[in-house]
Amino acid sequence: MSHATTNKTTAPGSRPQPEVDRRPLARRRRNRVLLQVGCIVITLFMALPIYLIALSATSSRAALQTFPLSFIPNNFSLETMQTFLQSTGILPGLINSVQVGIFTLLLSLIIGVPAGYAVARFAFPGRDPYQLFLLFTRALPIVVLSVPLAQLFLQTGLYDSALAVVLLHTALALPTTILITSSVFLGVPRDVEEAARIFGCSPVQAFLKVVMPMAIPGIAAASIFTFVMSWNEVLGASILTLNQRTLPAQVLSSLAESPLAYRFAGGFLLVIPALIFIFFMRRYLTNMWGSTIR
Amino acid sequence: MAAPDAPAAAKPRPAAPRGRPRRSGTSAAMLLIAPSIIFMTLLFGWPMVSGILQAFGGPEGLTTANFSRMAQDPYFWSSVGNTLLLIVVMIPIQFVLALSMALLIRANPRGSSVYFYIWAIPLAVSDLAAGLVWLTVFTDRGYLNSVLASVGLEPVSWLAYDNYASMFMAVLIAEVWRATSLVFVIVVAGLQSIPKDYEEAAGVFGAGFWDRLWHVTLPLLRPSLQTALILRTILAFQTFAVALALTGQNFPLVVGETYRWYTGLQDANVASALALVVMAVSMVTAVGYLKLLRDQSEAAR
Repeated sequence: MSHATTNKTTAPGSRPQPEVDRRPLARRRRNRVLLQVGCIVITLFMALPIYLIALSATSSRAALQTFPLSFIPNNFSLETMQTFLQSTGILPGLINSVQVGIFTLLLSLIIGVPAGYAVARFAFPGRDPYQLFLLFTRALPIVVLSVPLAQLFLQTGLYDSALAVVLLHTALALPTTILITSSVFLGVPRDVEEAARIFGCSPVQAFLKVVMPMAIPGIAAASIFTFVMSWNEVLGASILTLNQRTLPAQVLSSLAESPLAYRFAGGFLLVIPALIFIFFMRRYLTNMWGSTIR
Repeated sequence: MAAPDAPAAAKPRPAAPRGRPRRSGTSAAMLLIAPSIIFMTLLFGWPMVSGILQAFGGPEGLTTANFSRMAQDPYFWSSVGNTLLLIVVMIPIQFVLALSMALLIRANPRGSSVYFYIWAIPLAVSDLAAGLVWLTVFTDRGYLNSVLASVGLEPVSWLAYDNYASMFMAVLIAEVWRATSLVFVIVVAGLQSIPKDYEEAAGVFGAGFWDRLWHVTLPLLRPSLQTALILRTILAFQTFAVALALTGQNFPLVVGETYRWYTGLQDANVASALALVVMAVSMVTAVGYLKLLRDQSEAAR
């Protein structure tokens, strides 16, 4: 941001230096400045709301009552967050959310990684319909599944359990897991695997000892993505549970009768994993999306 | 669902590593994908069938009463209108914004990795959380009105039910904020696969910025843009918690109506009918886009 002083070079110098045309240089400098300005404006749009909810959630109740609100954190207090965490259902909801996320992650890995490997490595008959089937299920809205599943779970006694939500979230995450893992496996050269086979590994050994270590980072990215998807999902979780709500479902169901401070604290708590997730995943994001979308 | 048969008859794998590895893998592949097919069929196929039955189900046999109850509900048509209006206005804004963001990042400004991180954060923010985040801005005694008050203007009730335009704006901004990141990341990925040479060549031949964008970058980016378009449109039909968090019931959206019918009014049949409508629209959109895609890629050959 330090090169903001160079806007006036457009006027050709009056001293006798005719050979040097300074305009391209000036244009380039101006473009660099405009580039920074554009970036800063967009960054403000993206970051300011997060700053504001963090500010709200860490202000005391009294500070939230004042008007106009202060944009500077001079009333730091954990009171709002504490009150929120002590409200009915929030702590169990938090635990449920983490539980559901982890089990969703595990289940979709157990089912999804083999399938992703098969799609990446074998040209089996029915591979194209299978991939189309996966894409199709990804286009199904959550609500289409959750209402009938609720009825089904009511009959089978699974209703209002963490397992019910895990099953739904796994169904939603599985297509993405399979597509991402298959693209991860595509990135592991086939030669490496074949070399391992030649040196006497069984297919399973070759997979576990050679392919898996190379695929782990990509698969980790996929699974963290699954966790975040489950953490964020609210509609299915609210429809499938009554007492065993996940955190978003708990916040959603008490939205109408809750004070503003409660909502801000809830919003902030819901945003925190996003900050962490994107921080660790930022290098993988484009690869992940770039290769999944094909 | 055209699920291939489960590999009940999985033959013992021919133990000839020198043979063609691709052919020997068929039964292994079937074994590997079988769990996912069984799982998906149970959790997608079954609910779909029972959902359709439920939507047409009544006390005495099949009926369309659920659909007429749905359509007679005063919230239904406004929720349809709101959803469509939101999508039509939001998607162009998102694509222009995401494209600008991707081009800015590609110009590699100082601090671009910090920018990328911040711009990608909303990607992992749920629509409920996004609604709550922007509630701090738009609520009556929130930050926007604080700014207005400090410059001496009257505060506005942005989210009041009789203030449709500002309510729509608030939901729109929150959704643009949340969901543009997804398009942004997809476009950045698409840009990475385009060699810079093309643009540089066009630049050498005298093409200006807009010419290069329009005639070189955008055509090469088309596959990414199309995928992003399909994904965003389908996901946009599912938006509801943003509006619920910001406006309560004042700005109904279709999926939010499903939620209301199921949890609030405790009518699973009408909720299923609504879910079917959402599914039908999503499917039609997806198939439409895919057809469009395929036609174009075939014409290009």
